[in-house]
Amino acid sequence: MDFMMYLKAFLVGGAFCVIAQILIDKTKLTPARILVAYVVCGVILGGIGVYKPLIDFAGCGAATPLTGFGYLIADGVKSAVDEKGLLGVLTGGLSASAAGICAALFFGLLAAVFFRGKRKK
Amino acid sequence: MDINKKAYAKYADSRAKKSPIVKDCVKAFLFGGAICTIAQVLKDWYGTFLSDKDSGTLVGVTLIFITALLTGIGVFDRIAKHAGAGTLVPITGFANAVSSCAVDTKGEGFILGVGAKIFTIAGPVILYGISAGVVYGVIYYILKALGVL
Repeated sequence: MDFMMYLKAFLVGGAFCVIAQILIDKTKLTPARILVAYVVCGVILGGIGVYKPLIDFAGCGAATPLTGFGYLIADGVKSAVDEKGLLGVLTGGLSASAAGICAALFFGLLAAVFFRGKRKK
Repeated sequence: MDINKKAYAKYADSRAKKSPIVKDCVKAFLFGGAICTIAQVLKDWYGTFLSDKDSGTLVGVTLIFITALLTGIGVFDRIAKHAGAGTLVPITGFANAVSSCAVDTKGEGFILGVGAKIFTIAGPVILYGISAGVVYGVIYYILKALGVL
């Protein structure tokens, strides 16, 4: 329960969002492209080892943005390769991101079952 | 009135509606920062009874659940209109993209509507995220085999 941690999470998380907002306003990047770019950046930054220190510094400020999801994939691949060699290349990424992907899909399905959307065709 | 092109451009610029980028960025910063702070509060709480890794996972799941619920009742869109990238960049943006695709395509049926279109945004994100991970994994494996790492 450390106040500094909350402040750092707020500032770093906010900064990630400002970068994306500038990209949206100044370029023709659609939100879908931003999401893809953030995940891939997270994998690259995680791979070269600069994202872990950021997570240690800012906690959820770095883990919650989609770059954190990318970092999770890179970190999962790394551990899996360490553990079982080349096969880990294929198993690590999805295993590490399984909870997020599964939750998003399943809760999305539940939302579709219980709620009515805008477009009624 | 006789003015040259440059002077006109300057005049037009001064009269043009002020670009909303500063306002957009402030709102994105506040909303995005707030979501990450809430995530940190949740993580500290979960951390009292779960491991560090599990509590992080559960924070993501919690945010995804809340987002799917708010998307279903139509509240998320109203927040996102103001927050812009503030709700897009955190995991809430991914969750919203998935659940709004699902909810909005319900009328097209559950197989080719919801089932297929739930992946409209999730598909590219997962595809390129996982593929980047595979490329990284191969590089990591080779560097490790060569004894560089």
